[in-house]
Amino acid sequence: MSDLIPIRVTVNGRARAFDVAAHHTLLEVLRDDLQLTGTKECCLVGECGACTVRLDGRIVDSCLVLAVESDGGEVTTVEGLAPEGGLSRLQAAFLDEGAVQCGFCIPGQVMAADDLLGRVARPTVAEIHEGLAGNLCRCGCYEQITAAVTAAAEAGPG
Amino acid sequence: MQTFTYARPATLAEAVATLEAHGPDARALAGGTDLIIRLRDGSVSPSVVVDLKRIAELRPGIRDGDGWLSIGATTVMTDIAADPRVARQFRALAEAAAVVGSVQIRNRATLGGNVCNASPAADTAPALLVYGAEVVAVGPGGSRRIPIGDFFVRSGETTLARGELVTSIELPVPARRMSAVHLRRTRRRGHDLASVTLCCGVDEAGVARLAFGSVGPRPILAVDATGVLADAGAPAEAKAEILERMYAEASPSPRSMRASPEYRRAMLRVLGGRALRIAIDRLAAGE
Repeated sequence: MSDLIPIRVTVNGRARAFDVAAHHTLLEVLRDDLQLTGTKECCLVGECGACTVRLDGRIVDSCLVLAVESDGGEVTTVEGLAPEGGLSRLQAAFLDEGAVQCGFCIPGQVMAADDLLGRVARPTVAEIHEGLAGNLCRCGCYEQITAAVTAAAEAGPG
Repeated sequence: MQTFTYARPATLAEAVATLEAHGPDARALAGGTDLIIRLRDGSVSPSVVVDLKRIAELRPGIRDGDGWLSIGATTVMTDIAADPRVARQFRALAEAAAVVGSVQIRNRATLGGNVCNASPAADTAPALLVYGAEVVAVGPGGSRRIPIGDFFVRSGETTLARGELVTSIELPVPARRMSAVHLRRTRRRGHDLASVTLCCGVDEAGVARLAFGSVGPRPILAVDATGVLADAGAPAEAKAEILERMYAEASPSPRSMRASPEYRRAMLRVLGGRALRIAIDRLAAGE
């Protein structure tokens, strides 16, 4: 067992201080210690994007970040995209476009799409494909996901 | 994941001391996009992981020097791909950085990590070879510069000595007008490792440089100074003969699951010819 290391992280706007094991990833700590289970564990090699979160303003695969590396940082998970009980315009667009089948990849897809729209207000289809290339959907809902991102972009921020 | 001790040095000297003290039992952590996968699958099992991201001297960034562009080792691919100086002077490196992994990976993966991991498929390696980059390393004996061509040994192995770490990768601003392009072949579009990753550069003096990876244990640079390859009007047969000699350096592994040696050699020819044409066109267009 490795030592526990105290870290301070702001998660979804709330400052937290807790101890983490050196070998625990940000993904494990978010899910198991903070019970933020919207972020999904899937491939664990940085290929599927199901564990996508925002760390210090940029999206990352949280399975490839040690929790201790986030010390002093700011993390946003899918739970932090909208006020509790509500949906962001982007999340609503995913539902409206029928982009969700089994739903397992969707938190990661939404995080990647949210990041893309933060960088490019009106992305082209090619830009959406590139922005979401790190997020795999085993149900194959890519057409609907692309439509949802386009619809959310057309509706504007919010 | 297996356990280890996490070290977060604040200074370069402290990092070097820790790496030297533990030797092969320590692993340097930059972006983690390779290391954390290997820690999890058990293919490496260090007792100490040394996080380089809180070291003042190793803050990420791209700096103009005297005839050099210096890219800090911890600079991530996203920032290299977006940097206007890299795009203007070292376009093929920007192109390579832009296709490493996905957005999520590029936000984390560093140039220092990409070269130190020494994957034969490292996408930045061919461009660094074509541009004649030098790796700046600091170790117990001080600082030294390693030409990128002398840096890679084989997959996962570099010429870094015990206790040494890379602080920056420096690109000499070409004395002559030069244009280059990076191309790669992957199994599928989007996010994948390259079956062939390649860079071709030509300069106004007629020197052509072709570097390729993922077709042998280490990325390879071949140079043609005859002027034939860089000459848009040279006969195709003359070019083919030179290119075939260059491609002969490739030795793709028969054990790779990504592509067969035959396929890699075939794609090397396709991409090599294509990259040469693009580089010549870019030089002519002043790009």
